Amino acid sequence: MNLAMSENAIITCALAILVLPLASYALTFFFGKKLPRKGDFIGVTFVGAAWLLAIRIFLQFWQQSDPSFRVEAGFTWVDLGGFSIDAGILVDGMTSVMLMVVTTVSFFVHLYSTGYMHGDRRYERFFAFLGFFTFSMIGIVLSNNLFFLYVFWELVGLASYLLIGFFFHKHSAANANKKAFLTNRVGDWGFWLGILTFFTATGTLNYFELFAHVHAGTIQGTLLTFAGLGLFMGCLGKSAQMPLHIWLPDAMEGPTPVSALIHAATMVAAGVYMVARLFPLFGPTALLVVCYVGGITAFVAATIALVKTDFKRVLAFSTLSQLGYMVMSLGAGDSVNAMFHLTTHAMFKGLLFLTAGSVIHAVHSQEITDMGGLRKKMPITFLTYMVGTLALAGVPGLSGFYSKDGILGSTLAMGMVNGHYLPFILGIVAALLTPFYMFRLTFRAFFGKPADQERYDHAHESPWTMTVPLIGLAILAIFVSGFNTADKGWFSKFAAPYDVAAIAAQYPIESAGHHLVVAEHAGESHAEAAHAEMVDPHGGEHAVAEGHGEEHGGHHDIHHTAHVRAMMMSIAMVILGILGAWWVYFLHRIDPSKLQARLPGVYRVLQGQYFFDELYAATVYRFTLWWSHLCSAFDRIVVDGIVNGTGYLTRMVSFVSGSFDRYVVDGAVNGVAAVLQGAGEGFRRVQTGRIQTYLVYVAASVLILILIYRVL
Amino acid sequence: MMDVGLSHFVVVSALLFCLGLFAVMKRRNAVGILMGVELILNSANLNFVAFSRYVQHTIDGQIMATFVIVLAAAEAAVALAIVLAMFRNFGNVNAATATSLKR
Repeated sequence: MNLAMSENAIITCALAILVLPLASYALTFFFGKKLPRKGDFIGVTFVGAAWLLAIRIFLQFWQQSDPSFRVEAGFTWVDLGGFSIDAGILVDGMTSVMLMVVTTVSFFVHLYSTGYMHGDRRYERFFAFLGFFTFSMIGIVLSNNLFFLYVFWELVGLASYLLIGFFFHKHSAANANKKAFLTNRVGDWGFWLGILTFFTATGTLNYFELFAHVHAGTIQGTLLTFAGLGLFMGCLGKSAQMPLHIWLPDAMEGPTPVSALIHAATMVAAGVYMVARLFPLFGPTALLVVCYVGGITAFVAATIALVKTDFKRVLAFSTLSQLGYMVMSLGAGDSVNAMFHLTTHAMFKGLLFLTAGSVIHAVHSQEITDMGGLRKKMPITFLTYMVGTLALAGVPGLSGFYSKDGILGSTLAMGMVNGHYLPFILGIVAALLTPFYMFRLTFRAFFGKPADQERYDHAHESPWTMTVPLIGLAILAIFVSGFNTADKGWFSKFAAPYDVAAIAAQYPIESAGHHLVVAEHAGESHAEAAHAEMVDPHGGEHAVAEGHGEEHGGHHDIHHTAHVRAMMMSIAMVILGILGAWWVYFLHRIDPSKLQARLPGVYRVLQGQYFFDELYAATVYRFTLWWSHLCSAFDRIVVDGIVNGTGYLTRMVSFVSGSFDRYVVDGAVNGVAAVLQGAGEGFRRVQTGRIQTYLVYVAASVLILILIYRVL
Repeated sequence: MMDVGLSHFVVVSALLFCLGLFAVMKRRNAVGILMGVELILNSANLNFVAFSRYVQHTIDGQIMATFVIVLAAAEAAVALAIVLAMFRNFGNVNAATATSLKR
């Protein structure tokens, strides 16, 4: 079968994928109430069409088998003489995979929502927002420059805000969406600073031109590190990494399909996608920070998930933990496995959230203390949930195993090269905790005796609109890995580390000198040395971790050894974790409440989510409050003082001016009037109305005139 | 017997004018005022005739005087109509009471 598409066809397809959800949004938003079934079929069919187009592009790239093949198209959006901003889209292997991920999950979530949200008061609005989100997310994926990446970045933030607060009449939901939005603002502030730094230093926002600039050394050293960390702050916010992770657990206040689509599968992965996409822009120091942040997040979130009893919250912390893995992988220089884990995670975590929704739909509670024994009542939900759980736990054969294994291998390899073992240790401990808390959830919710007989009796399997997406995602969660790690399996056709030297050759930098500060003070003699350094901007360790150590023979061995060791350890961890959960929560050999009583401090810290919220309440919020009190006092005393003083002064001046008016100006006016009135009073007498009097005047006047005439 | 010359006519005319003017100014009765006006017109007529006889030696002045007589007749007709209207409005023909213009 010939699947070849021209570049134009690919661009057209990509644009159609972008526009279809937007059209769905517009139609359901404006006409949803009037359409039959409130227009839900528009969302499902339009996103379904986008999904088919995404498959089309995906197949094209499958056939192409060349990760460096890419298609770019765009036009100048703003031309301000000194600089211009382009609007453009980029389609390459990574894009095609992301398009698949986004449209697949989005389609299933649309379908699922027709069942889950059935009968909601703002049903059509929900589909409109889903379409809006899908559009924005696809915009992030397709954008070929930092500016439009940022624009769509903010749009998904808005969509997330609208959907978390979908049940805005609930106080907690209204607070959660504010929290998510404001926390993201902190990250986006850094993100924007990073973008501006790159733009100031290089004068371009296009990804590949930026790579060429970094390669040529236009921006380097500390500035590159800080610019990279700026970009990473965007990832901190959007992908909910420590310490900006606090919004994601609260975001579970949104409807469950939203949690599946936005807060598990796609939007929170945008940060990972962004870092992977802009990978050459991160210097070695920045990457080390990224790696530690990811490792710590993976570990901390996994420990919190151990004690949470809210079904969705456990999954939320699990999401945090998995995102931590991806970020850790990026930091270890392995962007390919990060993207691979993103893909597999999108499938199995989207699936897990949808099963959670199905369970919540059935028992009308999110607390696992209200569940138990549900596997008999909801067989399809249970089976698909098990697929998701096993994949997330990293059981060999399911997708999660291969991606997580790749990440742990790369992290271990990084540790073996540069001695930073801590991220790997945190990662492997999290790999032990993951199956434990997932099976805790499984045993509490689906096995054992029903905790609440009434809820249990009421529970039933969900309608087909909800189970079909579950089955679809479950199949994907099994097969999406292709039973191989990212650099060996099908994924290597779609994503490979950027060949920065080749990209630099395509975008010759005319002269590094005219691009402002950074290049100028580097000077001529330094430029040579810098260039030599920047041939491989990420240093030896990352070349290793990427697993393409052709020119580094020894490193290849390390990589291989690391992978084997990591795989052994992670399999051991999975078995230990599952057995542990089985021991505690199925056989009840250890009573968790006794453990809890013996370690009250640990339990309090975990249940309190390491008191991050309290910490922020004590520092950031208190500071903000203090600062606003200060500002308000300044307002009251200084600004109000100035205003009132000015008012008082004006009153004084106007009093004087008023007096002048009253006595001098009015006096003059009244005086003139009085004189005229007096004169009028006098002359009134002259006019008697008697015709004969007038005749006397006439005669007298004539006499006088004659007299004057005579005399003169 | 002294010759009657232009100056005599002019003096008589002036006296007539003054009498007419005095009548117009001082009479209360509107009809009296009308009579004063006739006196003034006739003093003017006397002047016309005298000057045409002694100065110009033409009959232009006499023609003019004829015109004035005709005009005076017309004027008397109009004025008497006014006096009638006045009597109807004010109940008398006293010029001093017709002071509506003042208001």
